[in-house]
Order: sequence, then structure tokens, then C-alpha cells
Amino acid sequence: MKTKKLIALEGNQAIALAMKQIDPDVVAAYPITPQTEIVQVFSEYVANGEVHTEFVTVESEHSAMSACIGASAAGARTMTATSSQGLALMWEMLYIASGARLPIVMTVVNRALSSPINIHCDHSDAMGARDSGWIQLWSETAQEAYDNVIQAIRIAEEVNLPVMVNMDGFITSHAEEVIEPLEDEEVKSFIGEYKPIRSLLDVEHPFTVGPLALQDSYFEFKRSQAEAYKRVIPVVRNVAEEFARITGRKYDLFETYNLEDAEIGLVVLNSTAGTAKEVIDVLRREGKKVGLLKPRLFRPLPVEELKGALSNLKVIGVMDRADTFGGFGGPLFTDIRSLLYDLPNRPLITDYIYGLGGRDVTMDQIYKVFENLESIYRTGRVENLISYIGVRE
Amino acid sequence: MKLPTWKEIPEGIVILEAGNAQEYETGSWRTYRPVVDKGKCTNCLFCWIYCPDSSIIVRDEKMEGIDYAHCKGCGICSKVCPVKAISMVEEGSL
Repeated sequence: MKTKKLIALEGNQAIALAMKQIDPDVVAAYPITPQTEIVQVFSEYVANGEVHTEFVTVESEHSAMSACIGASAAGARTMTATSSQGLALMWEMLYIASGARLPIVMTVVNRALSSPINIHCDHSDAMGARDSGWIQLWSETAQEAYDNVIQAIRIAEEVNLPVMVNMDGFITSHAEEVIEPLEDEEVKSFIGEYKPIRSLLDVEHPFTVGPLALQDSYFEFKRSQAEAYKRVIPVVRNVAEEFARITGRKYDLFETYNLEDAEIGLVVLNSTAGTAKEVIDVLRREGKKVGLLKPRLFRPLPVEELKGALSNLKVIGVMDRADTFGGFGGPLFTDIRSLLYDLPNRPLITDYIYGLGGRDVTMDQIYKVFENLESIYRTGRVENLISYIGVRE
Repeated sequence: MKLPTWKEIPEGIVILEAGNAQEYETGSWRTYRPVVDKGKCTNCLFCWIYCPDSSIIVRDEKMEGIDYAHCKGCGICSKVCPVKAISMVEEGSL
């Protein structure tokens, strides 16, 4: 039997290791807290000749994404990483990458958006790019982020769409974790050689990328793009199955924890899911029927699968680490609430906005969330549809 | 021309053939039309060199006229013509 190789790495180092093993043709990136270490460690691999990557140091994230778009259109396997304001600065280019169907893979180390300026975790950065056409994978731990980045290469290149892998700033990016990496050769054979459908460097087959398309054609391009997302769900599942055969680690569109017989369920992204699982373990020992659903694939949203998994619950609490100012609750809440609308017996649902700007979320807070959900279960009434937890009142 | 449906266009925003800008007729954008007086023209081909839309028709090194399907009427040919052989005439007045 093969012995497990376990190493202690910070989340960012784990991502840099995944990128080293992927050995992309081009990386164009700009440093920003808390993502800096990914690019820094990766640049050492480049300097040491451990990768073949053309590493493009740019003057901003806007240029980083622009360089990635050019490289990817030229047929290069292309990667980058960013956080917060960096992702915000990439904004217009994100839409160009997805519209041009370029399979770029980017790690986003989730950090709050200014103002006020803050360097710590929340999900407002990735949620701001929610509609940009990037596939979004979310990761609870460094291990999941590492595994997601490797799988993202396959997903992106099979559907010709860019993928964003999210992990929590500092909580996951800077915490040391024991991870089990794949062998270099395993990664190499899993991702295979990238064969782009077309390349700008192929002078025998010239083509134009990104032309003007006005009233007579723009809509057809966008309609065609919309269709592409329907192919993503089966691809994500197939890639996960293949990954499980190598590693034994199983991934799906989302993870459920004690959800099958649960009456009360919590829906939460990334690292907070880990804290919630601890709370659920304690409550289960007290005989409470509580469970959790942690989305992994958030864009495209696996509507039917989520509907199936959540339909037997009586009460659902959604925890959002981002607000939609002037909107109707957090982005996760509006999606979950909307997809439940067609169910004949809709669960009651409520939203908790938490942890903005890296505000710690404790087990105590999650106990209180479950207490609140139990009271909704008993009374059959939601008093506050949207509430803020862990903030000084 | 029948435009393709969304199912018929290639993935990504691409044009897969080279050199097909000619299929897109830009002549209707024109407000002023360049009119050549061949009596004055010396076939120096300044107009051909300067035309940004490749709309000067040249055959056997002679200026033969203007491709009105693509000329946008910018007037550069008229400006650069050393013998003032090209005048700009308002489209509606023709």
C-alpha cells in the first residue's frame, strides 16, 4: 500500500505548489494581501527553474488579467491569483475572459472590499464578480483549495470557460494545515496536455478574437455563452470522480453534512462550514436533527441538485459573508430562497450576514444561529428575514 | 444576408476566416462622397497610400475610381491630392 505523503503548508503555499505541479505556460499576476504569497512562492519556482512558466510581472491586476487573456487566446495554459481590490480592478477584463471563452484558472483569496479599507476575509470580492461568467469553486480548507485548483484546470479546458477558485483570506490562506498533495506525475497525467481549440500563434489558421458585435450579433454571442454553463455541472462531477479515483478524496457540486435526516439545515460557504460542522456534532449528540450544506460550485448554480438536497428541510438558515447593499439579503440567500420557490412545501428560510471584514465567527455564534432556527421551527414564523450576527448593536 | 443563429456561431467571440472585413459594407456611413475629376488626376496614388479603408481602386498603377461600398467619406484623399482632383460632395445633393 502506498504511504501517504503529508506536509504542513499554509493555504497560499498549497496553491503555489498546485501551480508548480500544473506548470502552466503563462502566469501574469500582481501581489495583493492576502494572496501575495501565492505569487511570491510561485516566482521562486520560476527563478529556480522548477517550472517552464513564462511569468509576467505586470503593473496592476487590470494588466494581469489582460495579459492572461492575451496568453490564453494565444493558446497558452494560463493562471493567476488575486484578492479583493485586485479582483475589482480586473472587473471589465473578467467579462472579456469569459465572453471569449478562455479557460484561465485564478485563485481568489477572499478579502473584504473597501471602503473602509480592510485586508481580512469576507466574500464581497468574489460575489461582486458573481455575474461575470466565471465558474466559481469554493473551498473550506487548504486541501480543498489545492484539490480545486487542480480540478479547475480540467473543468476550464473542457468547457472553455474561466474558473475562479475561492478560499478564505488569512483563515485558510495563512493558516498552516496538514495537506496531502498529489505526486507531480499524478498531477501531470491528471491534467494532461492542453490542446487549445485554436491559437493566435497558429499562423496557418488566422482568426480574429474579440471583434465588435453590435445590435445584429451581440445577443447571439451572449445567448451562446449562456448555453455553455449547462455543460459545466456534468463536467465538474466527472472530473471530481476521476480525481477521487486517484486521491480517494470525494468532491461534488456541494458537500452535505448530516443533512439526510435533518429538519434544520445551514447553508454556508468556505471555512465557516468547518466551524459549523463542530457545532452540528455537538447538537447531534443532544439528539437535534441539524445538518449542513456547503456549496462547492456556486457558479453555475446547481439549481436542481440544490433543490433536491434542501427540499426535505423544515427550516433553512443561510449564512452570507457578503451583503448586497439595498438588495434582498446576501447573495447566497437570494439564490437559495429563489430556487426553493417552486417546491410544493417550501422550507422556512432566513439569512444571517456575518463575518464582514474578517470579523471572527465563533462556535457560540453558530449555536445562537441554530437556537434561532429552532425557534423558527417551533413557531413556524420567521421574525427577521435578514439579520446581522456578530456586530455590535 | 442571412445572419447565423446563436447555435450556428463558433464558441467564443471569434471570426474564423481571415481578410473578410470586405464583407462588411461601410459605405452607408458616408455623408460626403469623394468625386474624382480624371481630367486633373496624375495617378500619383497619394490617395491610394493615404486611404484608411483601402477604398481607392487602382489597376495597372492607375487610379480608376473609388469603392463606394466601403468608402466612409473621411475626405483624406481629397486633402492629400496635390492637384485637387478629388472634391467632396454632399451625398443628398447628388
